[in-house]
Amino acid sequence: MPEGKRPEETGSGISRRDFFKTSTAGAVSTALISKQGIAAPGEVTKLGPDPVKVKLIVNGKARRLKVEPRVTLLDALRNELDVTGPKKVCDRGTCGSCTVLMDGKPVYACSILAIEAAGNQIVTAEGLGSPDKLHPIQKAFVENDAQQCGFCTPGFIVACQSFLVENPNPSVKEIEEGLGGNLCRCGTYKGIREAVLETAAKGGFDA
Amino acid sequence: MPEFNWPESDRRWRIGKHRTRVDGPAKSSGAAEYTYDVKLFGMLYAKMLACPHARARVTSVDTSAAEAMKGVHAVRVIQGPGTEIKWAADDIAVVAAETEEIARDAVNAIKVDYEVLEHFVFEEDLDKAPEVNPAQEQTTGEPVQAFSSAKAQSEGYYGCRVVSHACHESHGHVAHWTDDEHLTVFSSTQAVTGLVGQFSEALEIPAANVRIICQNMGGGFGSKFGADRWGIECARLARQTKRPVKLMLERGPELQIAGGRPSTFARVKTAVDADGNLTGWDSKSWGTGGPSGTGSPPLPYVFEVPNRKHQHSSVPANIGPSRAWRAPNHPQACFVTMTALEDMAAKIEMDPLDFFLKNISLTGVRAETYAEELKLGAQIMGWKRKWRPRGQSGDGPVKRGLGLSLHTWGGRGHQSNCEVLIHPDGSAEARVASQDLGTGTRTVIATVLAETFGLRVRDVTVRIGDSRFPASGASGGSTTVGGVSSSTRRGAINALEILLQKVAPELGVAPEELEAVRGRIRVKASPNRYLTWKQATGQLGVNPISATGRNPGPGKLIDSGVGGIQMADVSVDVETGIVKMNKMVAIQDCGLIIDMLTAESQVYGALTMGISYALSEERIMDPVTGRLLNDDMEFYKLPGIGDIGDLVVHMMTGPGYDERGVIGLGEPPVISPGAAISNAVANAIGVRVPYLPLTPDRVLEALEKGGAA
Repeated sequence: MPEGKRPEETGSGISRRDFFKTSTAGAVSTALISKQGIAAPGEVTKLGPDPVKVKLIVNGKARRLKVEPRVTLLDALRNELDVTGPKKVCDRGTCGSCTVLMDGKPVYACSILAIEAAGNQIVTAEGLGSPDKLHPIQKAFVENDAQQCGFCTPGFIVACQSFLVENPNPSVKEIEEGLGGNLCRCGTYKGIREAVLETAAKGGFDA
Repeated sequence: MPEFNWPESDRRWRIGKHRTRVDGPAKSSGAAEYTYDVKLFGMLYAKMLACPHARARVTSVDTSAAEAMKGVHAVRVIQGPGTEIKWAADDIAVVAAETEEIARDAVNAIKVDYEVLEHFVFEEDLDKAPEVNPAQEQTTGEPVQAFSSAKAQSEGYYGCRVVSHACHESHGHVAHWTDDEHLTVFSSTQAVTGLVGQFSEALEIPAANVRIICQNMGGGFGSKFGADRWGIECARLARQTKRPVKLMLERGPELQIAGGRPSTFARVKTAVDADGNLTGWDSKSWGTGGPSGTGSPPLPYVFEVPNRKHQHSSVPANIGPSRAWRAPNHPQACFVTMTALEDMAAKIEMDPLDFFLKNISLTGVRAETYAEELKLGAQIMGWKRKWRPRGQSGDGPVKRGLGLSLHTWGGRGHQSNCEVLIHPDGSAEARVASQDLGTGTRTVIATVLAETFGLRVRDVTVRIGDSRFPASGASGGSTTVGGVSSSTRRGAINALEILLQKVAPELGVAPEELEAVRGRIRVKASPNRYLTWKQATGQLGVNPISATGRNPGPGKLIDSGVGGIQMADVSVDVETGIVKMNKMVAIQDCGLIIDMLTAESQVYGALTMGISYALSEERIMDPVTGRLLNDDMEFYKLPGIGDIGDLVVHMMTGPGYDERGVIGLGEPPVISPGAAISNAVANAIGVRVPYLPLTPDRVLEALEKGGAA
């Protein structure tokens, strides 16, 4: 929403800054900082520009690939590994359509390099459930029609799942703040709000 | 011939109920495949070079460095030397390469020289426009006399900016030549059938050799009817390289050249008589939709003021050409009209609800519907309890206000063909070359098929999104639901008739005495005499029943013309200028509703999209460079989950509505939000903020100026 909006009223947090503020997404900056923080100047290993070998653990399976070091986790998942639940929309860490879990924390896959994610547990919407065996939050999305074109949906699913792990009994205000890092163009927010509340009310889903 | 109609309300088992969308599980689990997700063996990635200037002549293009790069398979110049470019981000060249990264490097390696020309991108400043298309003028009645004899007059200035479609899935295609003469294109499109001819003509191959596939698509909103020049180039790259090629627009060009709703600015005068009856309207409006200007918004909107004059000038500007944005021209016309009327109501110190109701007969054939909807909306909103006269909302810095608006749309079903199959094993399917934009088209077809056969929705299969299925219209103008529901209904009734004829002898009655209900083919007069659906279809032998249905066709299944009203409740902080949505109420009719859940979702979505263009969304053009300043999603601002407030949707159904048949819903509810929210803000803060979106700076400026434009 408009620049200058007071933080407590923002809720939407449609900017990267606001995403970082949210409780569920705090790990994005932490993860990045810790990754960068461990490399003291003398220890830097130069990678690339030629493709390098990377091992990603995606939805529980080890996947080996060769990508240029500049390739994002999102492009590696989509173009190299055919994991297309995470969508490429803004490609600039704003819209959340590419949200995946990295070691249990939600991250924007477009804003992380594949080489940074090497060795970490990556979970996408496909890893949470399948059409025949939906995760409770996926089921709640279906039942509350929290999707229209569905392009933002897999990212939202991952964000909601992670949010509910951190906030098992959220208020509407907490939902609005905690899920401000994902955008939908069709306008499914009302359904998403209800899907999260319903899933929380049922309680005890397998994180 | 069987009768083609919808079942009576007490005999609708599936239609009109809240049922979850059939593709919901695939979408929420990430399994649904979109064009952007398609990956074919050996596929290359294409990227486009976009012009950085708003107006320029291409003087030279050097692709040698790009072509020499390892991994680059083809470079094509789209607009070469001598071409005049008329908007920024227009496509200059395309590259196909092994990876996205190499393709981007190659695009960056193309050297283009331009002669930069004068541009014009700030159309609000009409006096500075180098070119203005002559004003179209329409006069009805005696406007001059109406104003001279008016009891009160109101004047105002109103403007809404160009907005982008901003589809989540950008425009694009995957082109695949299965041999030298046959092309398959995966396309993110609103027109599966319609794209066949566009590709075949451009690539000079028979239309019969072109196949278009679109299983899922990530939003169109009116911007995805064309193959687009970059789509044709994608197919040319594929032909040249003999490899499948994917070209999806990057976000910057997506926001600049792949969508856009025209702007509208207007100076409006209105007149009323002593009783508050609207007697006169006079408006001068202008706007742009790109280099060829824009069409005239229908002013005044819905209210046919007896004496009226409307002049509209179309202003060419160097911005990406506009595309149909949900309900073309209506949101702008609605914004200008409903704000001007609310300003008049404030001027004569009348509650706008009373003012609208007083003048409701001017809305014509839907007057009774509007009146009923306004009263119902007022009840749900608690209008009479909450509403305060303009500017009387307390002394604190946060002011609360209410606003309302109303709208109309046609929505008659388009041409559609459907093939319905009943297989000997009992499975049933409908085939239509339609597309599901996320509106629920698949679900609607499945619901109609299940209803007609007396089966569960999960027992039927819907196949859409492939041009090899029977031709169906483009999804635009709220025409799809009427088109596909009626073609499916007719096809299903035709197929069922064949089945009933087949099994009638066994049940010992004439086919007309049978009905398909709850998984059985039974005798109407004695429901205990029946065959199960499977027993019945088991008598078909080897071949399935194949029957077709089309729209238009016999029987009254569809209609057009709807009316809806919306009310907004906002809080405005007069110290910061921030507008916060408290609540929106939408009351909408659309005839017979096939699937209630997805219908309501359409309205919730429209309200959300409306809040977006009312509060935050606009193309911000830089007058100096002529470029879009906010060409990413960080600064092209869409609302988030916390920005929409409480949304209440009520669909008008039952007698008076259902018997009209099916009418489209995509456009109508997105028309009113801008006007309703602007009116609520004016009601809250005591002055009109003349522009949409209602950004904090504009709210503060309006407060400072005390309402003067």
